[in-house]
Amino acid sequence: MNDKVLIQVQGLKKHYNGGEVKALDGVNCEVRQGEVLVIIGPSGSGKSTLLRSLNLLEIPTGGTIHFDGVDITDPKVNINLHRQKMGMVFQHFNLFPHMTVLKNMTIAPVKLLHKPQAEAEKKAMELLERVGLGDRAKAYPSQLSGGQKQRVAIVRALCMEPEVMLFDEPTSALDPEMVGEVLDVMKTLASEGMTMVVVTHEMGFAREVADRIIFMSEGVIVEEGTPEDIFEHPKEERTKAFLSCVL
Amino acid sequence: MSQIWQHICSWFINFGEQLHFVFIEGDRYKQMIAGFCNTLKITAGALCIGIVIGVVVAAIRSSYDKNRESMKLRGGFFYRFLGFLNAICKLYLTVIRGTPVVVQLMISYFLIFVSAKDGVPVAIFAFGINSGAYVAEIFRGGIMAIDAGQFEAGRSLGFNYLQTMWHIIIPQMFKSVLPTLCNEFIALLKETSVAGYVGVIDLTKAGNVIAGRTYSYFIPLLTVAAVYLILVVILSWLVGKLERRLRKSER
Ligand SMILES: Nc1ncnc2c1ncn2[C@@H]1O[C@H](COP(=O)(O)OP(=O)(O)O)[C@@H](O)[C@H]1O
Ligand SMILES: [Mg+2]
Repeated sequence: MNDKVLIQVQGLKKHYNGGEVKALDGVNCEVRQGEVLVIIGPSGSGKSTLLRSLNLLEIPTGGTIHFDGVDITDPKVNINLHRQKMGMVFQHFNLFPHMTVLKNMTIAPVKLLHKPQAEAEKKAMELLERVGLGDRAKAYPSQLSGGQKQRVAIVRALCMEPEVMLFDEPTSALDPEMVGEVLDVMKTLASEGMTMVVVTHEMGFAREVADRIIFMSEGVIVEEGTPEDIFEHPKEERTKAFLSCVL
Repeated sequence: MSQIWQHICSWFINFGEQLHFVFIEGDRYKQMIAGFCNTLKITAGALCIGIVIGVVVAAIRSSYDKNRESMKLRGGFFYRFLGFLNAICKLYLTVIRGTPVVVQLMISYFLIFVSAKDGVPVAIFAFGINSGAYVAEIFRGGIMAIDAGQFEAGRSLGFNYLQTMWHIIIPQMFKSVLPTLCNEFIALLKETSVAGYVGVIDLTKAGNVIAGRTYSYFIPLLTVAAVYLILVVILSWLVGKLERRLRKSER
């Protein structure tokens, strides 16, 4: 990890129904290159909204997000180019059901980065081998287990060689026996120096892998610190209350 | 007993003679075949036009519906442009679905393509524009039924809206609406029977012309009905097969 700030979030707001619902209410945070930032908090606290704002899947109603020094909330910015550098993994995998695993992984690099098909396939196969799915390249998503689907979803995002990976509860839709295989892939990724922002309820993962943890509640960041700060010496009452529920 | 038998026999012999008179004499069967070909030509041509219009209109309409909220926040020229296109599509759907296809056909032939000598291309045009409206709504339903996560996955990889539509959404949409689309095609086949209004000799018109020549309505009209029926039954059977195949491949 170095000190370069990759994503800088300032005063981020997301209001619904003209301010009736404040999913995000003035969030300031930053993501540094090479770090693993884990976002925790009770359901409905705005974790997904914050994560999805980082690549503008949610358009904020206020505040700015600088990615690589560019304010991507500026409507004049071509967000598609920036999204190519931000991989995203969803709770429900969102693999393309009409394409094979290999096609799922190669379509974006081929169509967007204009990589030759053969080169994209070679890269995809390498990644598949690394997550133990080399033999499933020709399978369709419906033929995979949940854990396999999520591993494919991760390597699909990696095929674009992103600068940062965003994870929104990647293990929440999995049967318990498959959680480990997905977390293992994420741990490997973290150890290789990938910048990661992870929304999760897996406190073990947060404690072990996170460089920094953000605790959110009701649309704001309540507390922020190292895993030790948050888990051993939480300062805020709301953090303590939440942790006593989940630990 | 033998008398009834004799009656039946003579009826059949008579029927055979009738058939010979109606279709073989004066090579009138050729008219039927030409009419049949025109019916198929108009249906197939109209379907192609309908699918193209349908995809475009459905893409515009669902883009507008899905992105209205976020576009409002981003604002700009593109949002207003899309709003404009959406309004045009809505007008098209309202007008086409709110007027009878025969009237649209006659307007095309007598008001728009005034100098057209051959009615077949005009009929293809009119039925194409007409079926486009219905196909568009089928496609739009198909697009809206696709999980929002598919859009998000496409966009998060860096595809723009149109690329996401083209590579990810539309192929899935086609698969899910294919049976409905085929049923639309079957309905269209029957609707083209009014093409005679603009001087096209389609299957129905051919039957009508032959009936007029031979002063016999019974055989020509029942033959026309039988041809439609056989076509529709065969097509419906194929659609059923297709549907089962699609359902199997989903598992
Ligand atoms: N489209 C929407 N309209 C209104 N409220 C919404 C919408 N999307 C999310 N919210 C609200 O925003 C808040 C934060 O949601 P979310 O970010 O999904 O929370 P989390 O991921 O922490 O569970 C919730 O209270 C939710 O009800
Ligand atoms: Mg969430």
